[in-house]
Amino acid sequence: MDSIRIIEDSFKKEGPSFRVGDAVRVNVKIIEGDKERLQTFEGIVISRRGSGTRETFTLRKISYGVGVERIFPLYSPMIEGLEVIKQGDVRRAKLYYLRGKKGKAAKVKEKSLTTTA
Amino acid sequence: MKGILGKKTGMTQVFNSAGHLIPVTVIEAGPCKVVQVKIAEKDGYSTTQLGFDVIKKEKSVPKGRLGHFKKVNLPAHRFLREIKMEGFKVGDTVSVELFNKGDKISITGISKGKGFQGVMKRFHYRGGPASHGSMFYRAPGSIGSSSFPSRVWKNKGLPGHMGDERVTTKGIEVIDVKKEQNLLLVKGAVPGANGGYLIIRKND
Repeated sequence: MDSIRIIEDSFKKEGPSFRVGDAVRVNVKIIEGDKERLQTFEGIVISRRGSGTRETFTLRKISYGVGVERIFPLYSPMIEGLEVIKQGDVRRAKLYYLRGKKGKAAKVKEKSLTTTA
Repeated sequence: MKGILGKKTGMTQVFNSAGHLIPVTVIEAGPCKVVQVKIAEKDGYSTTQLGFDVIKKEKSVPKGRLGHFKKVNLPAHRFLREIKMEGFKVGDTVSVELFNKGDKISITGISKGKGFQGVMKRFHYRGGPASHGSMFYRAPGSIGSSSFPSRVWKNKGLPGHMGDERVTTKGIEVIDVKKEQNLLLVKGAVPGANGGYLIIRKND
């Protein structure tokens, strides 16, 4: 079993930590023929699932009035960079309820950075 | 033909160069020792006998089998199998370097035992409807006609022991060869339980 862990760990890479509810920008490598370019995908993390190298996260954004969701493997080599734009303040692990909401109701409260003493 | 013996470690997933996740089975393959080389003139057929998984305690090996290894000055191995390959001498080491990325190989193992199973699981019979008072659920149904043939045909699928038999899967793709760790990463599943012995072969 150890050899399996070694293989899995070889795909792990360092990245910023983020949680469900955060707004995140991901640079995705896109290969067109022999050319390679980067595309950004920006959205709210509505779910993280799986563990180890199998972990994935789902980003949701509203694009031209249409909800778009994309699932990324966390350690995918196609992810060139990931940055957290906003930290969200949420109480649940999966934000699937956002799918049924529109406009202001579909917003996630931002985490206030001042700690209450 | 070339081949090696190994042990199934388990399954995981890896990313390929295109960024796709691929299911793989990790196999601890070799290093094997050539224990015996049979030649057609003497033994009736020619083959190479490989040994895998060294037994450390000599006393746990039956005396007769120990003699087979003593004769060629090798430690006793747990798994001995013949593979028809040429150009090897007794005592040679066969390692995973025989295989390259992208090779199509055959893997033989002993499938997981399923015990005594009915006809639906064992031969994919359809069974009967579950509801509406059918009273005919997972039984095999009629197994033949009366006047002719007046007996049950050979190979008629009936309940019985399933699994724990030799199974060969062909055309498995090699995803990666890790020479230092003697590991073979192979696409998809492989017969048998984790820790089971495997015969890995490739036709030239």
